[in-house]
Amino acid sequence: MTKQETLFKYTLRLGDNSLILGHRLSEWSSYAPILEEDLALTNIALDLIGRAQALLKYAAEIEGKGRTEDDLVFKRAERQFLNVLLLEQPNGDFAMTIARQIFNSAFELLLFEELSKSRDEMLAALATKCLKEVKYHWRHAYDWLQRLGDGTEESHERMQKAVDDLWMFTGELFEIDEVETILINEGIAIDTRLLHDKWLSKISDAIRSATLTHPAEGYMQTGGRIGIHTENLGFILAEMQYLPRAYPDAKW
Amino acid sequence: MLTKEQIYTLLSGIPDPEIPVITIEELGILRGVKLTEAGCEVTITPTYTGCPAMGMIEDQIKEILHANGVGLVDVKMTYSPAWTTDWLSPEAKLKLKHYGISPPLSSIDTVSFIQCPNCNSFNTEIISNFGSTACKGLYRCNDCKEPFDYFKVL
Repeated sequence: MTKQETLFKYTLRLGDNSLILGHRLSEWSSYAPILEEDLALTNIALDLIGRAQALLKYAAEIEGKGRTEDDLVFKRAERQFLNVLLLEQPNGDFAMTIARQIFNSAFELLLFEELSKSRDEMLAALATKCLKEVKYHWRHAYDWLQRLGDGTEESHERMQKAVDDLWMFTGELFEIDEVETILINEGIAIDTRLLHDKWLSKISDAIRSATLTHPAEGYMQTGGRIGIHTENLGFILAEMQYLPRAYPDAKW
Repeated sequence: MLTKEQIYTLLSGIPDPEIPVITIEELGILRGVKLTEAGCEVTITPTYTGCPAMGMIEDQIKEILHANGVGLVDVKMTYSPAWTTDWLSPEAKLKLKHYGISPPLSSIDTVSFIQCPNCNSFNTEIISNFGSTACKGLYRCNDCKEPFDYFKVL
């Protein structure tokens, strides 16, 4: 792989993570348990979609084949999406969404802090900017984890189940392959394996203070980063890509 | 042909689409103007990465410059330095307050007493860190009982 190809793939992975989680959170629009949460989840979705737009635009520039960020979003098939599996998991009940949010925001806090020092100017600039927004995302997820975990018997049970059910998707966040290895040596990509211990201690603290039980270590499911997805991604793409596929190049 | 300074002055008058009481210059979205052979290049930065007003701001920049005889207008987006609420001047913050939005505190402040823009009380509480736009949170005043927007620190 050339450096250009690896940087394209690395940026695409970052962009797809933002895009798919952004789309998932936007599904809460008008369905959230309370109005304030409707606003919160869709505002977070907006941050993520904006980030995806910037990253995918950059990815398209790196690729240099004349594709746009919209082409990357609307004209790729399931196997060509490189987001981690955690972020395509369904919203479930509110607890599932919060578990997904806390696992991912804790990871993004650590990732963007490091990525803001990347030798790639664009990735460093975006990471610096997004880090400020992610602090609000983390705070939001953390507060809800405490309220639900340390809430009623019902909320405690559901929060526990959500944390347990999604745990097997957290391992993939810390995987690297040839793409990252090449770019880590260039001072561009982040070795996420080195973020794992800090992430685990942050998450463990949050789980314990919410009076929840830490999930047992076990099998970790992976695949999204190389395009092998759970059945959920197809449904997301069906909704997200329907219009541009049915009416190619439709404009407002 | 307009000078760089004239173009900047023209653009400084564009109100923010979501908070029209302050301009894109006061908000710190307008970062710079550069003259080019066929026209000019304008650099802007988003408040939040997903700010939906950016497209509209770009259109307004082009519209006002075309109307003033600038041929080619290229609007560039920059992410660095990252936008911060610290760029708002004291005058801009006062305008926000008169508009009914509690202005942002400084990002280096450790205490965070948010003042009610209606009755000036500091006896307020947070309802949600997320509000009607990406840049605002929702608060409630315990004295005058009014809910209000707080332009949150970024």
